[in-house]
Amino acid sequence: MPTPVLMPALSPTMEEGTLAKWHVKKGDTVSSGDVIAEIETDKATMEVEAVDEGTIGEILVAEGTEGVAVNKPIAVLLEEGESEDDLEGFDPSKGAPSAPQKTESEPEAAPAPAKAEKPAPEKAPAPAAKDPGGKAPPAPTDASGERIFASPLARRIAAQKGVDLASLKGSGPHGRIVRADVEGAKPGAAASKAAGQAMAPAQSIDARAFYEEGSYEEIPLDGMRKTIARRLTQSMQEIPHFYLTVDCRLDELLRVRKELNNELADGGVKLSVNDFLIRAAALALKKVPEANVSYAGDALLKHKHADVGIAVALDGGLITPILRAAETKGLAQIASEAKELAGRARDKKLKPSEFEGGSFSISNLGMFGIKHFTAVINPPQAAILAVGAGEERTVVLDGKVEVATVMTVTMSCDHRAIDGALGARFLDAFKGFVEFPARMLL
Amino acid sequence: MSEKSYDLVIIGSGPGGYVAAVRAAQLGMKTAIVERDRLGGICLNWGCIPTKALLRSAEVYDLIERAEEFGLKVENPSYDAAAIVKRSREVSERLSKGVGFLMKKNKIDVIEGSGRLAGEGVVEAETKDGKQTLKAKNIILATGARARTLPGLEPDGKLVWTYREAMVPDAMPKSLLVIGSGAIGIEFASFYRAFGCEVTVVEVMDRILPVEDEEISKMAARAFKKRGMKIMTGAKVEKLDKQKNSVKATIANAQGKSETIEVERVISAVGITGNVEKIGLEDAGIKVEKGHVVVDEWLRTGVKGVYAIGDLVGAPWLAHKAMHEGVIAVEHMAGVKGLHPLDTKKVPGCTYSAPQIASVGLTEAQAVEQGHKVKVGRFPFTGNGKAIALGEDQGLIKTIFDEKTGELLGAHMIGAEVTELIQGYTVAKNLETTEAELMHTIFPHPTLSEMMHESVLDAYQRALHI
Repeated sequence: MPTPVLMPALSPTMEEGTLAKWHVKKGDTVSSGDVIAEIETDKATMEVEAVDEGTIGEILVAEGTEGVAVNKPIAVLLEEGESEDDLEGFDPSKGAPSAPQKTESEPEAAPAPAKAEKPAPEKAPAPAAKDPGGKAPPAPTDASGERIFASPLARRIAAQKGVDLASLKGSGPHGRIVRADVEGAKPGAAASKAAGQAMAPAQSIDARAFYEEGSYEEIPLDGMRKTIARRLTQSMQEIPHFYLTVDCRLDELLRVRKELNNELADGGVKLSVNDFLIRAAALALKKVPEANVSYAGDALLKHKHADVGIAVALDGGLITPILRAAETKGLAQIASEAKELAGRARDKKLKPSEFEGGSFSISNLGMFGIKHFTAVINPPQAAILAVGAGEERTVVLDGKVEVATVMTVTMSCDHRAIDGALGARFLDAFKGFVEFPARMLL
Repeated sequence: MSEKSYDLVIIGSGPGGYVAAVRAAQLGMKTAIVERDRLGGICLNWGCIPTKALLRSAEVYDLIERAEEFGLKVENPSYDAAAIVKRSREVSERLSKGVGFLMKKNKIDVIEGSGRLAGEGVVEAETKDGKQTLKAKNIILATGARARTLPGLEPDGKLVWTYREAMVPDAMPKSLLVIGSGAIGIEFASFYRAFGCEVTVVEVMDRILPVEDEEISKMAARAFKKRGMKIMTGAKVEKLDKQKNSVKATIANAQGKSETIEVERVISAVGITGNVEKIGLEDAGIKVEKGHVVVDEWLRTGVKGVYAIGDLVGAPWLAHKAMHEGVIAVEHMAGVKGLHPLDTKKVPGCTYSAPQIASVGLTEAQAVEQGHKVKVGRFPFTGNGKAIALGEDQGLIKTIFDEKTGELLGAHMIGAEVTELIQGYTVAKNLETTEAELMHTIFPHPTLSEMMHESVLDAYQRALHI
C-alpha cells in the first residue's frame, strides 16, 4: 500500500509550517536518510529525511506552500513493486502513516526522534460562528484517536456536564452516544480526573479468545487495576516518550549515608539510598527548572516546587505518593516523610491530594536487583526516573580499571515538554548530586 | 374448526398492524393478520388517505378559482361531488390492494374475520367459514379506534355525521356545523368550505387546534376566518334538534349565551375512543383505562406475549405513531438490540387544511412550563421567494430551542406544503442536532425549506432575509 509522508512536527508546539523546498520530485527514488524536503517554521528551517525507501508517487503539497498543518500528508511514497496505479482510490489522509519523518536539526544529544503522530482525527463540522452557545464541540476521539460517535446534543451536554464521552456506552444505532446516555452519566466521569476512577480502557482484543476456558482463573479487575490500566495506556498513547540513560557512581553516596546513619542512629531516622535520590532529583529540578514542567495542551506549566512522586508497590498494584516541595526539605525530613507516605500508601490510606499532581517521579527497582529499566510517565508529570540496582562494576577512570559501585538510571521524558538536550542537562545535574553528595549541602 | 400455529398473530390490519406484520416477516417470524373489514384499516379506507384525496380536489378547485391571479382564464368553474368522492374511494381501493400485495409478498397469512384473545397464546378468528383457532407465540392487538360520541350529540349517519359519512357525501351541503377543531374537524371544515359550504366550527377549548402552539392556532383561526369560516371557541354545542333535512343546533357561546343556528349537516369530531370491546381483554385480564389499553414502554399489556399498539393504546392518534409502535413491539419480542421506546416529543403531527399546519416537539408554552429557557425563531412566508412565486405568501415557521443546550425543542409551521417540510426538523430532532448543525446545513434555493433555515437563524438573531 502506498505510504503517505506526513508534515512533521519540528517542535512539540508546532502546528503548521511552510513547505520551503522539495529536494525530490515525482518518480524519484529515495532511500532512508535522504533529505526530501525543507520545512520552515517561524524559528528555523529544517530538513526532512525519508525514513522508508521507495519512489515518490505523488507530491501533494507544492513548494512554497505556507500554513501546512502538522500531520497533513505532503507526499505519497510507493514501495517497491508499486506503481502509480496503486494510487487510484488511495486516500493519503487515511492510509497508514509512514514511519516518523526524521528532521535533521534535532540536537545530536537527543536520541529521541521527533515522532510523527497519527493523522489528526477528523474534525467535526466547523463550529458555529461566534454567537453565544453556537459552538459545536469537535467530534471527540477516544484514547486511541478513534472518532467517538455521539449526537451533537449529547456532545454539548457532555461538555457542559464535564462527562467524558469515551467513558460512555452509546445506546443509539451502531453504539452512537445519544442524549439519554449522557444524561444518565455522572458528571466528573472525565478520564483526566486521576486515580480512584474505576474505568478500564476498552480492550480491542479479548484475551479470552486465545485460551481454552477453564485453563485459567479469571480475576475481575479491581478499581486500582482499572485505574493503572487506563492511566498508563493513556500515558503511552498520548505522551511521546523518549528515554535517557546514565550511570552514576554511588561509592561516595554510600559512604556519606553510612556516616550519617551512624550519627542519626539514636534519632530513629534511617536514611535510604532512595532518600538521597529524592533529594538529588529535587535539587536537580531546582537547578534545571525548565525540566520541572507539565504539558497542558496549549501551554507548559513550569512548577515552582519540585513535587517528587515515589512509586510504592502495593499488593496487586502501585501508587505514587508525592513528597511536596522536596527541594526545600533536608534528608532527614525527606526520609521520615517518605517512610510515612509509603506506610500509609500500603495501608491504602492516602488522600487523593497526596498522590495526584506532582512534577516528577522516581521508580526504584534496585532492591530487586534490576539493572536497568524504563518507566511509564505518570501524567500530568513530564518525566519519571527509573532507578536500577547499585552494583559493583569495573569502571575505567583516567585509563585505569577500577571497581566501583554503579547504578544505572533511565529518565522517561514527555517530548512535548522536555527535549533531549534539556533532559540531558537535568540528568547531568542529578548525577552531580548523586556522585558528589556534599553538593546537596550547598 | 382448523388450528394453525404462528410466531405472531396480529389483530387489525391498520397502519400499525400491517407494518408490524411486514417487520415480523422480515425478522423471519411466521405471521398472520386478522382483519374484520378491509386491509389497511381506517387510515387507508376511511381516514388519512381518502381525506387527502378529497382535500386535493379542494386544493385544485381553490387554485382554479384563483386562476386569474396566475394569468389563466377558467370560465365558470364547477365541481361534481360524486366524482370527487369516487376518486377518493378509488385511491383508497388502490392502496388497500397494495397492502394485500405486501402481505402476499411477505408471506403473511391474512385471515378475514373478527379476532379475539381466547386463552394464553390463542387467537380465535370468527370468519364467514366458521371459527379458526390460531396459536401464537406472540400477539399484537391493533384494533384501532373509532369516533367518540357525546351524549345528546350522537351521530345518526344522515344529518349528524362522523368522519365516515363526511367522507362520502351524496352532495355538498350548503351549511355545516363541525363540532371539534382537532385535525379531523379542521380538515373537513376546510374541505367543505372550499366548495362554498357555510361552515361553523365549534371548539370547547379557548382556541382551535388546541394541541398546536398557541401562536399557530391563532394564525390558523385568522386564516380560516379569512376564508369565510365561522369559528366559535370556548363554546359548547348543547343540543341538536333534527329537522327534516337540517339540524337546529343550540350553542352556548364563550360569553355563556345560547344561540341557535340551523345547518344542513353536522360533523361530530370530538375525539376518538379505542376499540377495546369484544377482543377478549376482560378474560385475558388486560387493563383498560379511559377507553384505551394500558401498555408499558415496550407496548406490553402485562399479559405474557400480548402487545398492543396504535390508536388502541392512546394518543397521539396518528398512523405513523402506530406504525412505529408496531415496529418497536415486533423488534422487542424478537430481541432486537438497541431499541428505544417511542418518544412522543419526536412524533410529528400534520393537519392538511388550507393552510396546512405541521409540528413536532414541544410548544413554546410547554417548553417554558417544563423549565426550559427558550430561544424562539420565527420566519414568515412573506420573506421567502418560492412562497411568493407560488402565490402562497401567508404562513410562519417557528422554532424553539433550549438556550443552554441548543436542543431543538419544537418546531411549528403553518402555510403551504408545511406537512412536507416538518420531517426535516423531525430528522434533526431524532439525530439530536443542535442549532449549530441546522445553521450549517445547506438548504436548496429557492424552496420553502429555506424558511426552516431562516427560522433557526432567527432564534439566534441571525436571520438573513428579514
